[in-house]
Amino acid sequence: MESNVLVVDDSAAIRKILQRVLRQTGMAIHTIHEAGDGQEALGVLSAQKVDLVLSDINMPKMDGLQLLASIKASAQWRQIPVVMITTEGGETKVSEAVKLGAAGYVRKPFTADQIKEKLAGILEPALPL
Amino acid sequence: MNLNEIIVKSMKESTLQVFSTMLGVDIAGGEAAVEAGMPEANEGVVSFIGLAGSWAGTGSVSCSPALACRICAQMLMCEAPAVNEEVLDTVAELTNMIVGSVKTELEQHLGPLGLSIPTVVYGRNFKTKSAGITEWIVVNFRWDEEVLVVKLCLEPKEQAAHVLFHTSSTQSCALEV
Repeated sequence: MESNVLVVDDSAAIRKILQRVLRQTGMAIHTIHEAGDGQEALGVLSAQKVDLVLSDINMPKMDGLQLLASIKASAQWRQIPVVMITTEGGETKVSEAVKLGAAGYVRKPFTADQIKEKLAGILEPALPL
Repeated sequence: MNLNEIIVKSMKESTLQVFSTMLGVDIAGGEAAVEAGMPEANEGVVSFIGLAGSWAGTGSVSCSPALACRICAQMLMCEAPAVNEEVLDTVAELTNMIVGSVKTELEQHLGPLGLSIPTVVYGRNFKTKSAGITEWIVVNFRWDEEVLVVKLCLEPKEQAAHVLFHTSSTQSCALEV
């Protein structure tokens, strides 16, 4: 089954790179939605069916940890896996993300293989043509 | 190794890793120096990001408009003929990744540090100064003929102010980072 992914990052450059990388992973992805911060992401979640969220931590308005907390506090969304993709490599932020229920964590800068590896247990591979 | 040596090593490694991983490019250089006193006038693209914690300061990445466009084109695999929003956003994200990696390394020595949202300036003949901070560690890199300058100033919190001033000819204003 094809999945819908929501990419959340205040950098349009990173959203564009993740779009490309996600399409290269060989995972069964139908639609990739984008949001520039946590608030915008909650709007997308309310309007669209999302199977996976990839989120930055350090963002204006609502950061990635606040977004993660909101998702995990919602009966409707708490089953959606959230993978954090961020420059925040400190133990404090990692521990906080794990405690809040993050499904994984990838540090920027990242390679396509690192993203693929992290998503391997979460998304289904695309069926061969 | 003293703190300055740790910072220089981290700035070099972080910059080389970001270019290698995100752009697939091995850049050269890594010559380090300490810049003291009034900085020289800038021209081109300069991106800043603030660091805060028990130590505070600013990290910056600067380059020519041509190099900014080249970085954008390589990183996003797109055409970037002139400095536009996408180019500025790419340089900001590059700064975020480089300074963010340095921050993660420094946290082992200085305790937790916060990272601000990057700010990018594009223009001619402007100067930048972090209030209360007089010395920057400067590391120069080269991508073919173009130069990328990575800078960091960091001081114990009581000595640092979180305001960066940028001036253009006779006017100046505070730029929060």
